[in-house]
Amino acid sequence: MSTVTTTYSDRPGLIATLGRDGLIQIILIANTFIMLAPIVIMIFSAFKTTPQIFASPFGIPDFTNLVNFSRIWTQTNFLQYLINSFVVTGASMALILTLGTMAAYALARYEFFGAGFILMFFIAGLTLPLKLAIIPLFMLMRDLGILNNQLSLIFVYTAMGLPTTIFIMTGFIRTLPNELEDAARMDGASEARIMWSIMLPLVRPAMVIAGIQNVVPIWNDFFFPLVFIQNDRLKTLPQGLTTFMGEYSTDYGVLYAGLTLSALPIIIIYIVLSRQFISGMTSGAIK
Amino acid sequence: MPQLRLTGRGLWITALIVPPLAFVALFVVYPIISAFAYAFFDWNGLLRGEFVGLDNFHTVLFVEPYASWTRNAFSHNIIVFFALMVLQNGLGFFLAYALWRELPGARFHRIAVFLPVVLSTIIVGYLFKLFLHPLFGVVNISLRGMGLGELAQPWLGQSSTALWALIAANAWHMVGFPTLVFLAGMQRIPTEMLDAVRMETRSEWVKITKIVWPLVAPSATVVFVLLFVGAFNWFELPYVMAGLDGSPFGSTDVLGLYFYRTAFGNVSSGQQDFGLGSALAVLIFLFIAVIAGLITVRLRAREIQL
Repeated sequence: MSTVTTTYSDRPGLIATLGRDGLIQIILIANTFIMLAPIVIMIFSAFKTTPQIFASPFGIPDFTNLVNFSRIWTQTNFLQYLINSFVVTGASMALILTLGTMAAYALARYEFFGAGFILMFFIAGLTLPLKLAIIPLFMLMRDLGILNNQLSLIFVYTAMGLPTTIFIMTGFIRTLPNELEDAARMDGASEARIMWSIMLPLVRPAMVIAGIQNVVPIWNDFFFPLVFIQNDRLKTLPQGLTTFMGEYSTDYGVLYAGLTLSALPIIIIYIVLSRQFISGMTSGAIK
Repeated sequence: MPQLRLTGRGLWITALIVPPLAFVALFVVYPIISAFAYAFFDWNGLLRGEFVGLDNFHTVLFVEPYASWTRNAFSHNIIVFFALMVLQNGLGFFLAYALWRELPGARFHRIAVFLPVVLSTIIVGYLFKLFLHPLFGVVNISLRGMGLGELAQPWLGQSSTALWALIAANAWHMVGFPTLVFLAGMQRIPTEMLDAVRMETRSEWVKITKIVWPLVAPSATVVFVLLFVGAFNWFELPYVMAGLDGSPFGSTDVLGLYFYRTAFGNVSSGQQDFGLGSALAVLIFLFIAVIAGLITVRLRAREIQL
């Protein structure tokens, strides 16, 4: 009896809930449409000729028409830009994760004089907008003789990525238990061996978070190449894109194909690893 | 033996800590300190001239034409910040609230809203530049197709709409970030607390303003500060969509573009001035640091510990 009464009194609430959920669902669908439509239009347009883009911008194209892509492949340095981006991002990430883990390990596992100060020093680097130091950085790279050399980018990205990485990794390594380490030390294992064979396998999850947080901004960066790199053969993908967009400014199909090719690698990786991407990229903002 | 072990250990720690420390010192800390020093000198191209005290600061703030350029760019950064506060952070909050209900498809919507965030600003800028082309852009073609041809405009070509077009592109690009940060904040609100509120009121509005909004305050602090720093560092999107001069007629000029032009010159004038550029950088840097600090302190004060 009481159940019936509850259901009855809840009915208006139920209808209200359904109505509200329906409204929310409509808002979410509309938003998702707005988020995806530009990307879909971009990909569709990459398979069209310029007149087709003008005549039916939303029409589904003939996906076997790869003329725009083959023109990019044969007539531009696109492949070179892509390789350059892989080299610069790969080298920076290797350095960031290696050096970041080293510093974080030392700060988290050992007590030594000045550890607190050193951690503060790294964390201060988190908040500084390095773009505003571009003039001294330019002079520094010139003095080091690495202007127009990808080492300049690799060094800046590494230095920029280290603070966040050390911050994330130090916090994580501190949470690891001491028992394994102590047992190995009793057995006479060296500090290096303890770090390499016992502790490092345990820090992989933190490395993934720190890695994703850094890899996206480095892969996408445009500002530092703009200042450091002039030689077309050395340009990264976002920078090369600006050259390319200028050259083909009237050929819409080719322009959309270039944007599609540039966006595709990261879109595909994102779709596969969306959970890790979202937690990695927002981890700095969520405590 | 303990003595030997201690030095071995000291060497090991030094070996671990010095290389990363050297990188950050050389490529982050040293350039930032130098940027301050550079601003007090006269520069001749790449050569440092004599010490001029505060002259460079005086020039960019009070001497024409620099003073009006600075004011113009600064006012646009302010507009960008407040507009994105509503369009990006405000919208992000309500999207987060919608996603929080975990209705069917929420996971898909979550992935979709964050997708543009992973794209390079360069790609997003060019994409919207193509969409907004007066003749061949999707936006005007659609308007004409819907019989609203008179609304079709040269969005990026006229002063009245150009900055707003850039703001819209930025909001599309980045709205997923505040959305998911707010969502994470909402997911941490204890269920008991929500159940208690549900007993008190049916009104969603009361629930949002009285419970959810105060409890996601830590997320709001982070998102506001990051937007502030981002809005005053704005460079890539205006560079790609409006060019280094902030065309048309400086209506999209912002501090980032102005600083870059002053320091490195542009196509029309190869003139570069590291002294004035550094003075601008220092002023922008101090402005960001002071205001971001104030925002953080003010907003932290209203955060509630759960």
